[in-house]
Amino acid sequence: MITTERDLITIENLREVRERARVKLDGRLKGVSGIAAWEGGYKLTGPFYEKQQRVVLRNCGIIDPENVEEYVALGGYSALAMLLKDWDPKRVIDEMTRSNLRGRGGAGFPTGRKWAEAYRHDVPQKYIICNADEGDPGAFMDRSVLEGDPHSVLEGMAIAGYAVGADMGFIYVRAEYPLAVERLRTAIAEAHERGLLGERILGSDFSFDIELRLGSGAFVCGEGTALMESIEGKRGMPRTKVYRTSHRGLWDCPTIINNVETFANVPVILEKGVDWFLGIGTEDSPGTKVFCIVGKVNNAGLVEVPMGTTINEIVYGIGGGAADGREVKAVQTGGPSGGCIPKSLFDTPVDFGSLARIGSIMGSGGMVVMDDTDCMVDIARFFLDFTVDESCGKCVPCREGTKRMLELLEKITKGKGEEGDLEALSELGEVITSTSLCGLGQTAATPVISTLHYFRSEYEAHVRDKKCPAHSCKELLEYFITEKCIGCTKCARVCPSACISGKVKERHVIDASRCVKCGACQAACPTGAIIKQ
Amino acid sequence: MKNVTLTINGKTLSVPSGTTVFDAARSLGVEIPALCHHESLPVVSACRLCLVEVEGSRKLQTSCSLLATDGMKVQTETPRLIKYRRAILQLLLDSHPNDCLTCQKAGECLLQKYAYQYGVTFREHDGARRPAQTDLSSPYIVKDDSKCILCGRCVRTCDQVEKERQVLAFAGRGYATRIVADDDKTLETSKCVSCNRCVSLCPVGALLDRRIMGKVRPWEAEVRVKECRSCDYGCHFDVYYKDGKAVAVKARAPEPGRPLCLRGRLMTELLWLERPDTPWRKIGGKFVKASWVKVLGLQRLIDKMELLDAPGDRQ
Ligand SMILES: Cc1cc2nc3c(=O)[nH]c(=O)nc-3n(C[C@H](O)[C@H](O)[C@H](O)COP(=O)(O)O)c2cc1C
Ligand code: SF4
Ligand code: SF4
Ligand code: SF4
Ligand code: SF4
Ligand code: SF4
Repeated sequence: MITTERDLITIENLREVRERARVKLDGRLKGVSGIAAWEGGYKLTGPFYEKQQRVVLRNCGIIDPENVEEYVALGGYSALAMLLKDWDPKRVIDEMTRSNLRGRGGAGFPTGRKWAEAYRHDVPQKYIICNADEGDPGAFMDRSVLEGDPHSVLEGMAIAGYAVGADMGFIYVRAEYPLAVERLRTAIAEAHERGLLGERILGSDFSFDIELRLGSGAFVCGEGTALMESIEGKRGMPRTKVYRTSHRGLWDCPTIINNVETFANVPVILEKGVDWFLGIGTEDSPGTKVFCIVGKVNNAGLVEVPMGTTINEIVYGIGGGAADGREVKAVQTGGPSGGCIPKSLFDTPVDFGSLARIGSIMGSGGMVVMDDTDCMVDIARFFLDFTVDESCGKCVPCREGTKRMLELLEKITKGKGEEGDLEALSELGEVITSTSLCGLGQTAATPVISTLHYFRSEYEAHVRDKKCPAHSCKELLEYFITEKCIGCTKCARVCPSACISGKVKERHVIDASRCVKCGACQAACPTGAIIKQ
Repeated sequence: MKNVTLTINGKTLSVPSGTTVFDAARSLGVEIPALCHHESLPVVSACRLCLVEVEGSRKLQTSCSLLATDGMKVQTETPRLIKYRRAILQLLLDSHPNDCLTCQKAGECLLQKYAYQYGVTFREHDGARRPAQTDLSSPYIVKDDSKCILCGRCVRTCDQVEKERQVLAFAGRGYATRIVADDDKTLETSKCVSCNRCVSLCPVGALLDRRIMGKVRPWEAEVRVKECRSCDYGCHFDVYYKDGKAVAVKARAPEPGRPLCLRGRLMTELLWLERPDTPWRKIGGKFVKASWVKVLGLQRLIDKMELLDAPGDRQ
């Protein structure tokens, strides 16, 4: 039988469709620069990609995301077909458990364990949710997958549905990702048309459908239970968990919620085999992780590397070190509630356990590189400012406590810090971390706690000496007279606290300890010799 | 039903499976502090005061949402818990007006009670406080947002009477979160029916019964519970007596199948109070003073009774 372009794809004809699609893809990619044949498929070439290992991003930038055949050409939907033909759901769960694929949305919970729990509950209705809310500012790991390879997510969700016995899935995607939404719509429609979603998938008895839900843009809606509230049409506030969501989640039914990257891993793990997957990364965290490296770094962008790669390798090897010839000082991992890791710990391998041990988190894979012009107190203030705004307001420690921490940090960066403020920060941090309801509050203080730990001297300089060692906090800058001074004495005459000394026609000096920072000298200087630093 | 056996503060007890640690503790006579939790409401675990320590877990758990399991060992008053409770109460007081002297809620306020119990006081600071915003539009309820601790009890109880009520909701987020009626209307212009469910469950003085204000304070009152006979539900009201005189009526927390309503409350006032205040009716989103006959809808009954009782009509 010869199938035509728009025919249904079935378990039986998948191979034929793939082979024909592959010929077309090979033809299209022939001579395209930046893409090279590799290990039976393709890879992106160039120095930025050399040191990466692209598993999740395997197809991104290579296939046409709006053409399901190109996904099929590179092995797409063959894992699903294989399961539907030969595997019972229990085997899928067991293999996923053995793979130790840990959730890529932040917490690193073992995916197989989650699925096994939902599988255990024998009820007629279960749901699969793909968390594509990606609210971390500046992060676009998930967006890249959704835009570049949407079918890998659809296939991963269908596999989850088959494994746990769900026939309905939702993708909760940020409305601010119009292209991702568009690509997903196209992919879902195309999958329907070709029999890869909907009734009797690939000609089997299994039916599974996926609907899109657009997120309102609140960061907290990325939290699993708040997301479910939002899908149910309620205010996006995290729920207290009497039961796990894999037991009672969406509309009280067993629900699997996984991140985009987690789902994108699933088909390739099953297609290439769990042993292949276990060979990548570390024992604690097998596989790869996509990072979004931004900030004061030479090569910013998406980077996928095996778990266990050191921070050094990512920041220097791939990221190329600090931009503008400056010194890297620290890297913050894990999004707005991650910890700041000092350069001295850059030989730490990046995996869930190692990052936790040094007071940070994997989070969803954000990495912000900071250089010597970044004030760590101000960095902590910046991240806390974000969480204070994004707190849903439900529980006391997060709603009230983060606000107080922010007030303290604002005070300190304005040079109004007092003895006891650092202790108050530590104590609030502990309370908020230990008592908040959801992950947002439980991790909100991490940037503060980690910088207090690794960069305490910077805090002390602000509080005791009213100085910002990085010369970043505006209100702590000092007036200084440069060699441009002609010794006209105008500044000394206008200074209200008489703290400028110097002889006529000689360079003048400001006694910083008595300076009240009124700026009168700077205004009076005819040569612009007075600067703030 | 299956029972589970657990240990709380060293005492062992058996409870039906599905019982929360909070309730299990209560049945032992151990009171765990909680501001947002109430037996008539869904559990939300928002105030975080009821956190307990469970042996074998470093992570604290809210006892209101934690189901008792066999062999579980729970501590409810460890130094760590006390430290965190004090911190949480301090956070609440830091945003709260220092107004206990004249607050109508004093004496029955849960925030006051726990502050006393854990030795936490108001203090001066330069940071933010909840802005003063008082809704005096209703003759039945005073809503004072500056005292609100955002426990959400009012929202949940109002929500339980579907369609007819469901007036209150959270609005805004983070520190700016507030409780609003409809889309931030006043109680008068909203669809609030003045049933006072919310008032009866508010743990602090953020929602107060306006008709009791200035008349009597909880500790100087003798309170008698009365059942409303206005309809079959039979809701309960507290009648406050001062110096032997019944001066005010207040709705008690709603019970299953007992929704509370304004009519029942006014009926109770009329029956028990010597001089009840003028009643008000809401007509087209405006409160207007009304006669008792009107507000209780008795005119037809009275006319009919008068007609039937008229001597000429007797046979
Ligand atoms: C405040 C907050 C925001 C979150 N945002 C996201 C998000 O944008 N995307 C995501 O996948 N997980 C997010 N999570 C984690 C989810 O709660 C949940 O753990 C995850 O979706 C589970 O999927 P995984 O096991 O595949 O990681 C967030 C958690 C918190 C506390
Ligand atoms: S920790 Fe923060 S975001 Fe989470 S429920 Fe509490 S207030 Fe809301
Ligand atoms: S609400 Fe409670 S704590 Fe607040 S002023 Fe009134 S009595 Fe005091
Ligand atoms: S008085 Fe009744 S209807 Fe009005 S807000 Fe309170 S609970 Fe809702
Ligand atoms: S008004 Fe009262 S019941 Fe409602 S949230 Fe505020 S404190 Fe709680
Ligand atoms: S208060 Fe209202 S609902 Fe309750 S018994 Fe009285 S009349 Fe019935």
